[in-house]
Amino acid sequence: MLSIKNLHASIEGKEILKGINLEVKPGEVHAIMGPNGSGKSTLASVLAGREDYEVSSGEISFNGKDLLELEADERAKEGVFLAFQYPIEIPGVTTTNFMKTALNKIREHKGLEPLDAVSFLGMMKEKMKLVEIDQALLSRSLNEGFSGGEKKRNEIFQMAMLEPTLSILDETDSGLDIDALRIVANGVNKLKNDDNATIVVTHYQRLLDYIVPDFVHVLFNGKIVKTGGKELAHELEAKGYDWIKEEASIA
Amino acid sequence: MSKDDQILEEFASKEYEHGWTVDFEADSAPPGLNEDIVRFISAKKEEPEWLLEWRLKAYRNWRKMTEPKWANVHYPKPDFENIIYYSAPKPKDKPKSLDEVDPEMRKTFERLGISLTEQKRLTGVAVDAVMDSVSVGTTFKKQLAELGIIFCSFSEAVKEHPELVKKYIGSVVPSNDNFYAALNSAVFSDGSFCYIPKGVRCPVELSTYFRINAANTGQFERTLIVAEDDSYVSYLEGCTAPMRDENQLHAAVVEIYAAKNAEVKYSTVQNWYPGDKNGKGGIYNFVTKRGICAGDYAKISWTQVETGSAVTWKYPSCILKGDYSQGEFYSVAVTNNMQQADTGTKMIHIGKNTKSRIVSKGVSGGKSQNSYRGLVEIHKRAENSRNFSQCDSLLMGDKCGAHTFPYIEIKNKSSQVEHEATTSKIGEDQIFYCQQRGIDEESAVALIVNGYCKEVLNNLPMEFAVEAQKLLALTLEGSVG
Repeated sequence: MLSIKNLHASIEGKEILKGINLEVKPGEVHAIMGPNGSGKSTLASVLAGREDYEVSSGEISFNGKDLLELEADERAKEGVFLAFQYPIEIPGVTTTNFMKTALNKIREHKGLEPLDAVSFLGMMKEKMKLVEIDQALLSRSLNEGFSGGEKKRNEIFQMAMLEPTLSILDETDSGLDIDALRIVANGVNKLKNDDNATIVVTHYQRLLDYIVPDFVHVLFNGKIVKTGGKELAHELEAKGYDWIKEEASIA
Repeated sequence: MSKDDQILEEFASKEYEHGWTVDFEADSAPPGLNEDIVRFISAKKEEPEWLLEWRLKAYRNWRKMTEPKWANVHYPKPDFENIIYYSAPKPKDKPKSLDEVDPEMRKTFERLGISLTEQKRLTGVAVDAVMDSVSVGTTFKKQLAELGIIFCSFSEAVKEHPELVKKYIGSVVPSNDNFYAALNSAVFSDGSFCYIPKGVRCPVELSTYFRINAANTGQFERTLIVAEDDSYVSYLEGCTAPMRDENQLHAAVVEIYAAKNAEVKYSTVQNWYPGDKNGKGGIYNFVTKRGICAGDYAKISWTQVETGSAVTWKYPSCILKGDYSQGEFYSVAVTNNMQQADTGTKMIHIGKNTKSRIVSKGVSGGKSQNSYRGLVEIHKRAENSRNFSQCDSLLMGDKCGAHTFPYIEIKNKSSQVEHEATTSKIGEDQIFYCQQRGIDEESAVALIVNGYCKEVLNNLPMEFAVEAQKLLALTLEGSVG
């Protein structure tokens, strides 16, 4: 589904990603871990198509399409979803209206008619249950005055509504208490199926107790320096990142 | 230029979509203005002697006046001797029903998305269509007449209800009020007249669409709305103008009279041609709009969405004379390219316990200049009066300007006045967030601007919201959830 080859990316002249290789197949959950500043969030942003980053070399192919050729909104229409680490506030625009606009843009791209009000409302009700989100929250201005937990739940709600094929969760666990973490993780797990894939970007192993990855990749200094199964996350939790850094510097 | 600036530039520099002209055989006065032209107009309209005298008095005053210079706008002075002050489309006979309306004219309305028949059938809005100063179709008149409501063109009102026109014309905006009001009083061509009798609640939204048509023609509309005791009316006015090269002067006057416990809601969407990217052409919109809450507990509410004109100079105001009377002003003013807008309101508190509320949202893009100018004046005997003002500015890109000029004059210690102002920029983060959800850049900007203006747009009647949507390329909130 997703194939990243030798990806190099920089921001303001500073190279952050220095040759990333990654293969993601349908039905898989990949965790990207690593110390602060290793390039995790940069990878998420580059995949989503953020303009601030410049890709100097490498390829990203997504379901046969060259992702780097597509604008951010075109990538979203193709099924790439980024759950933001810091969701953005848009005053005066309710989550409901935001989702209605987004969903109909995606449907238009797929050659489908816009969803009528009744079907849209029905769909919302169903997806709201997944992340235990309150209707009242969805009628408020997007992310404005939301608590940290509400913002993250709202991200997962949007993910549920848009039904992406590739979801990238950027530090979704940051700022969540244990209950909120469980709710968010439950939502993600329920959305998982054989046709979609998830990339979980996280600093801590905690989230991976709930969203169990098939692969764990350790990103250090702009490269994936180690790949393993879910047990690698536990090892990192127990031993920290220092041994990885040492291994990487030896190699 | 960054990507973000490019998006904003493209959005801001979109070509005017309603640009075309319809070729009517114009029945026009020669260019220029003198007493003979005033007499010509009055004679064309078969007006009574008193109205001609009223016009002439205004004309003589106007000759002595000079153009106002205090607004934050810059433009070449119109050549008043080169303007055609009267032109009318030439129908063979006066249309008796919609079916008799010139098909070409109706096509024009349809292209604007304003089909009279659709309006009539779907929304229940009675439409009095004014094109180039002569009314061509009036609907729902009979139904309204049964309630005693008068809704007709100004010229018709002069013929059918001279006593009402005579009583109220110039009572809110005196003919010598200002340069452009005086000019309008001298040469006004037509407009709308609306009278709601005592105790009547007007069951439909009254609506008039204005449109400038023949080339080089000044548009001098005049609207008079009178709401007697305990009555209610919601009045809508909207306009789009065809593209042209020469500046056109538009100097309208709107007067609203609200008696005891009457409520008048006046909404407008203004989309006069703003000129091209370089500021060439475009309408000069110098309008005087004022309402008086003459009786106790009266209420006047102005809602405006201003997207057009090269230069706008417009301050819909409320004189709160009656005790406990209320004035409201909700405004969205969008300027792009080289547009200049100096708009706002005046709230004059004279009666006791009067209240006013001002919500102004300015959006500036391109190299435009957008100014809010507002006066809150509380007189000595206006005890316990209150005002709340909120003036927000949104900037798109870094070449435009937003200005706020609040004037507050309080002569009464028991009164309370609040003023809040903010300035913000559309964020790159906001646009990226929208894009990441599948919303393209242009729609993202529209969505964000729409959200920003929501408080004002929500005040528009539903029927009119559609027009506002089209003009702002925005989607209104709240259809679901």
